[in-house]
Amino acid sequence: MKQVLDFEKPVIELRGKIEELKKLTQESEMDLSEEIETLEQRLEKLEEDVYDRLSPWNRVQMARHPERPTTLDYIHSIFTDFMELHGDRLYGDDEAIVAGIANYKNQPVTVIGHQRGNDTKENLRRNFGMPHPEGYRKALRLMKQADKFNRPIICFIDTKGAYPGKAAEERGQSEAIARNLMEMAGLTVPVVCIVIGEGGSGGALALGVGDHIHMLENSTYSVISPEGAAALLWKDSNLAQNAAETMKITSYDLKELGIVDKVIPEIRGGAHRDIKAQSEKIDQILQESLENLKSLSKEELLESRWEKYKKIGDYTTLPL
Amino acid sequence: MLRDIFNKKRKYASLPNQEGKQDVPEGLMQKCPGCNKIYYRKELERNLNVCPHCDYHHQQNAYERLESLLEKDSFEEWDKYMISTNPLGFPEYEEKLEKDRKKSGLNEAVITGKGKIRGYETAIAVMDARFRMGSMGAVVGEKIANAIEQARKEKIPFIIFTASGGARMQEGVISLMQMTKTSVAIQRLHSDGGLMISVMTHPTTGGVSASFASLGDFNFAEPGALIGFAGRRIIEQTIREKLPEDFQTAEFLLKHGQLDDVVHRHDLKNKLETILSIHQPGGELS
Repeated sequence: MKQVLDFEKPVIELRGKIEELKKLTQESEMDLSEEIETLEQRLEKLEEDVYDRLSPWNRVQMARHPERPTTLDYIHSIFTDFMELHGDRLYGDDEAIVAGIANYKNQPVTVIGHQRGNDTKENLRRNFGMPHPEGYRKALRLMKQADKFNRPIICFIDTKGAYPGKAAEERGQSEAIARNLMEMAGLTVPVVCIVIGEGGSGGALALGVGDHIHMLENSTYSVISPEGAAALLWKDSNLAQNAAETMKITSYDLKELGIVDKVIPEIRGGAHRDIKAQSEKIDQILQESLENLKSLSKEELLESRWEKYKKIGDYTTLPL
Repeated sequence: MLRDIFNKKRKYASLPNQEGKQDVPEGLMQKCPGCNKIYYRKELERNLNVCPHCDYHHQQNAYERLESLLEKDSFEEWDKYMISTNPLGFPEYEEKLEKDRKKSGLNEAVITGKGKIRGYETAIAVMDARFRMGSMGAVVGEKIANAIEQARKEKIPFIIFTASGGARMQEGVISLMQMTKTSVAIQRLHSDGGLMISVMTHPTTGGVSASFASLGDFNFAEPGALIGFAGRRIIEQTIREKLPEDFQTAEFLLKHGQLDDVVHRHDLKNKLETILSIHQPGGELS
């Protein structure tokens, strides 16, 4: 049973009714095909109304859906021969980030991503996908390895943020994130980043310095969670829905702001409805990206990365 | 005490004596949060805003900092009139910017430019916490990236003094991307062999701490400065534990291996001079 979000209840209810009628037709002599057809048309219309016009808050709910596909789901359906590699060689292995080498259309690549758990037990082990410094340092170690062997890097972004804990601060959360930003800037292999769920602040950014950044339609990318923003700005975390609008955190907002390259369409009802179909959509855009970036020399790659980030952010001149 | 629980007598908080307050005219005298001593502001300023009794480091604003470090009239300011737009159409943001411009006399939360420290030409950026708590939006990111890039082109060192609450909420994800912008600029500087010194002052937190503040060849901090990624309250709520008093202070970071040193403001200029002299082409150790 898929978990139902509040705004999609009418769709699920109607779908249930249609199923019931179908069952009834099978079991009894009654011919209800006309009614079923009418209802199916209504369902189509209703789905359009509900899913094709999601509010920013609805998208936040989608991005946080407990059944939303995770990094490992996509790794297993888009790549072959994934070999996970562990540890930062300094402190430990942070399971909030998975990383390794894989095969992508007969090309070796390095894949890295935040990893949430599928259940409570796994979530505890993976700290709900909120990394400590050693997670970022593991990611960096394997990016450097990719750089050395000329393998493209693909990063899946899916985290509420870097873990706000005592140990994380003691071990240099700031330094770990900062170093990743700087070192990723200097990688001489193509880096493609795909936001698949929540892109929370510095914790997301530390895997997010890519030549191309793509976002799944119902994913978010923001400097702070809507709840955090509401608490900070209006001293009321119940205003999170407003904050989700004001802060401009949806894939379409980020496309408009010139930060994201492509919005990857989601299947109606959200990525969790069909992981395989969703993976195919991601695969298509990933392939295009890598194909485009392949033609750039190392120098061109570095220069275009600098230009990409240099132009983010508007400013003006004080009128004298 | 158990007895206090049953004591019905209400307890009152004592308010400071209004007359006593008037004894200290606004701006003329200053009370030290470190040792509670009261002294003349002038006396404090002469001492680089360091308490003469307990060494408490009061914040220095950007112009005070530049004046205390640079040779007279050597400063050439860059991007002085660059100001923020309101990219997200955030309610009341423009008004807040205007208010801070008036209040602080600054156009944004960082001043950048070029000046001489004891003869050494240096690109310098100084953040000022009086403007939107020193938060980083597009202008702060752009000015700092420009200054780094200019240092790289002119082959001069880059020194930054950080003071910031982190990303600027009103510019949302654009402010987040300034962390990347400045870090890419620093990567270019480092790969060209450029020298960068970061001096973290009170406070250096969030996105600023997690980008350029931590990326110097030398990372220093002023005594007592608050430096960290996540806020104390958030951490306490998350781990359900009271944090030690010195958590996220410069001294705490030094102890945990996150800083090259904690430097008293009185020693800073000498230390910078030493580093600059060593790294000059033809310098003492090169």
